[in-house]
Amino acid sequence: MQTVVLVKQVVDTEAEKRLLPGEWRLDRASVENILNPYDEYAVEAAVQLKEELGGEVTVLSMGPQEAEEAIRKALAMGADRGVLVSDPVLQGSDALATARVLAQVLRGLGFDLVLCGSMSTDAQTGLVPAALGELLDLPVLGAVNRLEVHGGSLKAARQTDEGAIVYECPLPAVVAVAKGINEPRYPSLRGIMGAKKKPLDTKTAADLALELGAVGLGGARTRVHAATSVPPRAAGKTVTEYESPQEGARLLADFLHENKLV
Amino acid sequence: MEFGLTEEQRDIQTMTRDFARERIAPRAREWDREHVVPMDLLAELGELGLLGVCVPEEYGGAGADYLSFILVIEELSRADAGVGVAVAVNTSLATLPILEFGTQEQKQVWVSRLASGEVLGAYALTEPGSGSDAASIVTSARRDGDGYLLNGAKQFITNAGFAGLFVVMARTGPPGSGAQGVTAFLVDAATEGLALGREEEKLGLNSSSTRGLVLENVRVAESARLGAEGEGFVIAMKTLDGGRIGIAAQAIGIAQAGLDTALAYAGQRQQFGQLIADFQAIQWKLADMDKDIDAARLLTYRAAWLKMSGLPHTAEGAKAKLFASEMARRHTAEAVQVLGGYGYTKEFPVERYYRDAKITEIYEGTSEIQRLVIARELLKS
Ligand SMILES: Cc1cc2nc3c(=O)[nH]c(=O)nc-3n(C[C@H](O)[C@H](O)[C@H](O)COP(=O)(O)OP(=O)(O)OC[C@H]3O[C@@H](n4cnc5c(N)ncnc54)[C@H](O)[C@@H]3O)c2cc1C
Ligand SMILES: Cc1cc2nc3c(=O)[nH]c(=O)nc-3n(C[C@H](O)[C@H](O)[C@H](O)COP(=O)(O)OP(=O)(O)OC[C@H]3O[C@@H](n4cnc5c(N)ncnc54)[C@H](O)[C@@H]3O)c2cc1C
Repeated sequence: MQTVVLVKQVVDTEAEKRLLPGEWRLDRASVENILNPYDEYAVEAAVQLKEELGGEVTVLSMGPQEAEEAIRKALAMGADRGVLVSDPVLQGSDALATARVLAQVLRGLGFDLVLCGSMSTDAQTGLVPAALGELLDLPVLGAVNRLEVHGGSLKAARQTDEGAIVYECPLPAVVAVAKGINEPRYPSLRGIMGAKKKPLDTKTAADLALELGAVGLGGARTRVHAATSVPPRAAGKTVTEYESPQEGARLLADFLHENKLV
Repeated sequence: MEFGLTEEQRDIQTMTRDFARERIAPRAREWDREHVVPMDLLAELGELGLLGVCVPEEYGGAGADYLSFILVIEELSRADAGVGVAVAVNTSLATLPILEFGTQEQKQVWVSRLASGEVLGAYALTEPGSGSDAASIVTSARRDGDGYLLNGAKQFITNAGFAGLFVVMARTGPPGSGAQGVTAFLVDAATEGLALGREEEKLGLNSSSTRGLVLENVRVAESARLGAEGEGFVIAMKTLDGGRIGIAAQAIGIAQAGLDTALAYAGQRQQFGQLIADFQAIQWKLADMDKDIDAARLLTYRAAWLKMSGLPHTAEGAKAKLFASEMARRHTAEAVQVLGGYGYTKEFPVERYYRDAKITEIYEGTSEIQRLVIARELLKS
């Protein structure tokens, strides 16, 4: 079983974020970076499949040199080797351009399964997995919260409001996993110590023979024109006047129902 | 000079910080209130390799360096000081002396079990009549055929309630033989004649087990002796030289937790129509906390660096422990102050930090004894 997990390094979800004025791109220098939390589920799923079926897990990321840290975390969790695509000409890639680069690397790697997160916690488009499926002409399953592999095919379930839908599809395929498909492990110290000894290749745009017009800012089909802050939240409602605790509770319940919060 | 952490040290610090924040901190309040030692959590720490951070891989450890171990103690203590000291004692006071002074067989028997958490270790030096004056211990170890018979009592032993191994200092020399008459032993907790006293009721550190030991004709084989006869006091002191750096890290973790809470609170609480963080009086408290935590870190990381570089670190470890512990006691009190009346209640964790911080000025040598150690080194030259 050869699995490739796509991981993105994102700014810490808990950090205060800032957009570069004019460019409307994230100021990545000002904050801590972490492995995209959704991708941790994908790494965990891949490592579990390896533990069950054998094989190898490759972690692939496109990003600045620091994205190596996100790859190293995945290696510490149990992946076997890493590939980082890093090149200044790739800066400004949008989701489609990103997918083009990743697809090009994937063409050069043998794989049975590509696992992604459902979305990144920074740009949050959720487009990369679908674009990859299109570019590689592979089936794509999104929001998967249960995954099994049997022989040359996989069975995946996704939870909807109405119930679970179960899909089957032949391998190779692209699967984006949902939060909650598993509980990602903390890397053990042995894993952390071992991660440094695992191979990590860094590739440039030239190594991949990428067509430069199709990637980076020039290849991006989307432009961010403006960004505005979310308006501050309106003051909440406090229930202060009620005759009995029961009535108070009912007023609270009414509020939750009216606002479709339950 | 190089002040940065290595990639590996940073990764270990980050993992431990994440784990401590998500898995330890949310439960710490309950352990404190219920006086519970979280055995399930200690097992989890073992699985992650956090019970053998600086133990070589060939003995089942993670093979990281001593500074990594110090970073782990700091992060664990930031979430729960009792968990921090359980790990500190297991590694610095039980595992490392075996690695440094033990025979091949002793290392084989004990170290990988201590590093995995299969067995947890404790260190038994203090006695009811012998605390700071450790060379005055009276627990005896008499030759008995091909082994020894141990008799006596030990006081305030951390991890005692669940330890599988006690490193016990006892007197093989005649009564009054002082430091020269002391020998160290590795005593399996299951040995007949070894009994535990009750759990101490303490000011804080409630998630840590602190109990006395009674040794009544406890028979150990000669192979349980750690080092030579008469070498025990030196082993005990050298062990504490390293152990103190761990206690310094524990103090830093507790103080940092106090600052974390004070900072968050000051940024929310309003009085006189403004955030209390906008009062200079509060800003100065926060600035002093941050400054002293930083200073304590530098002393502590330097002591750790000296130790892992094989350089003398007795005075440096004592300075780190002395400064960090007094700083932690003072600044956890300031953290309570920043939270005002709320800080004095159990709704917020700062009163726990305040109670927990106090112990770091007492164990592994009181502040008075640290000053004595530093002065002694100073006057030597
Ligand atoms: C407001 C805004 C600001 C932006 N700022 C920047 C910026 O400062 N710098 C910059 O370079 N780009 C920036 N981008 C572009 C953005 O990072 C790309 O769109 C991104 O590379 C792919 O889209 P996504 O993050 O939405 O991924 P999604 O489609 O949401 O991600 C889904 C999954 O695809 C995989 N994946 C996504 N990206 C990668 C990757 N790079 N490597 C490996 N796997 C991946 C992961 O498994 C992920 O879980 C910005 C975009 C927007 C909308
Ligand atoms: C929670 C807890 C956990 C502990 N864990 C362990 C453990 O795991 N293993 C272990 O062996 N011990 C342990 N101890 C014991 C601890 O190390 C001792 O309590 C400590 O060394 C002080 O000894 P004492 O309590 O007998 O105080 P004493 O030595 O009686 O000291 C009383 C006071 O006199 C001062 N004093 C003593 N001598 C001098 C001097 N020469 N000059 C100036 N002042 C002096 C002291 O500083 C102190 O202020 C623990 C204690 C506690 C409370």
